[in-house]
Amino acid sequence: MNAHPSNNYSTIELIKYTLHLADSNLILAQRNGEWCAHAPILEQDIAITNITLDLIGQSRNFYQYAAQLINQSTDRPNNEATEDSLAYLRTERAFKNLLITELPAGDWAQTVLRQFFYSYYQLGLYEQLQNSIDAQLAAIAVKSIKETKYHLKWSSDWVLRLGDGTDESRQRMLKALETLWQYTGEMFTPVEYEINMGIDFVQLKKGWEQHVFAVMQTATLLQAGDITQLNNVYMQAGGKTGVHTEQMGFILADLQYLQRTYPGASW
Amino acid sequence: MNNTGNKFSVASSKLPTEAEVAVWNILETVPDPEVPVLSVLDLGIVRDVKVESPSADYPKGLASITITPTYSGCPAMDAISMDIRMRMMEHGYGKVNIISVLSPAWTTDWMTESGKQKLAAYGIAPPAHSNVEGAPVICPQCQSDNTKLLSQFGSTACKALYQCNDCKEPFDHFKCH
Repeated sequence: MNAHPSNNYSTIELIKYTLHLADSNLILAQRNGEWCAHAPILEQDIAITNITLDLIGQSRNFYQYAAQLINQSTDRPNNEATEDSLAYLRTERAFKNLLITELPAGDWAQTVLRQFFYSYYQLGLYEQLQNSIDAQLAAIAVKSIKETKYHLKWSSDWVLRLGDGTDESRQRMLKALETLWQYTGEMFTPVEYEINMGIDFVQLKKGWEQHVFAVMQTATLLQAGDITQLNNVYMQAGGKTGVHTEQMGFILADLQYLQRTYPGASW
Repeated sequence: MNNTGNKFSVASSKLPTEAEVAVWNILETVPDPEVPVLSVLDLGIVRDVKVESPSADYPKGLASITITPTYSGCPAMDAISMDIRMRMMEHGYGKVNIISVLSPAWTTDWMTESGKQKLAAYGIAPPAHSNVEGAPVICPQCQSDNTKLLSQFGSTACKALYQCNDCKEPFDHFKCH
């Protein structure tokens, strides 16, 4: 079907794609960061914020690269793009993050299940991107793979622990699954600027489903027939092209408040 | 790309010049800000050093130092760049080029043997080589291998929290990465 993905992308496609990768990491980091000093126990507070730090680091690498590409391709001597201007001064419609990253943190079940879905997606994506003909995307991907595997170990453990835990934890995981599932389809449905980036989305989805279903089965979250039901769920989309949920404005208000109120503030 | 314990055998394959050895020796004295018992060389984050011929502007030659981050989000990278600049200035170098690269990606296999010994003496269990699957984490206090993982994440991105089942002491483990 899509065995030989095209690699003939334009600079504008590369910029949009790089921003998309940066935005998804940044927005999920912002959401996970809400747990700082609020997680159930201290060790897990440290765990989720450490994962957040890795996501911010990865997003910075992508933003720095996007800024470099933008500055090389436009003549704006007095208005240089920087990693900070891209994160703090773009408007909602310019953000290209996946919708799943902007959903509320919810309870701990929703937080760990989202991280689990996202990390498996990231791992599959980075494993393909490490062979990108773009050397910088490949370098960022290789650097991020080891971090992502570690996040995956942590979130898989939590899916097993809560899914196959008490009645209460299991109910919460099932509720999280019902909330989140409709946002997973967007990961595997390429938009216009992704088509030529050399990503095999069919393969990406296949690998993701295989791993995710296996862990969810062990966690007793899937019964016979559930997969057919999941496959029939209507999938939400829009984040990658800037059409967001009502949550997005609130996130940006929080994230961008300081730089918009005190432009250029630093410490 | 092997680090065999020789502090100069990093990314560059050719032998360093005398001026470059002098810079490597200065870098040996720059500590990691989060694990100060390690120098930036012990940590394996300095990938290359180049020194140009002396000129009027650069009596000691313009030095270019290539570093790579441990983790993507390591907050210490800015501090490390600053510490390197300051230490180089103390030794009479003016402007120094510090280049940050992502590829090849850092691994704990680049940590020096002496660095691993310093970590253990400091109370942090050092990482095993990445090709050793399931190597036991040794308690840095009593050397027991009867230890358990308390948390996959610790006080910094590069560490996990362990406890010794024998002496009961909790300790940091520098994760194999």
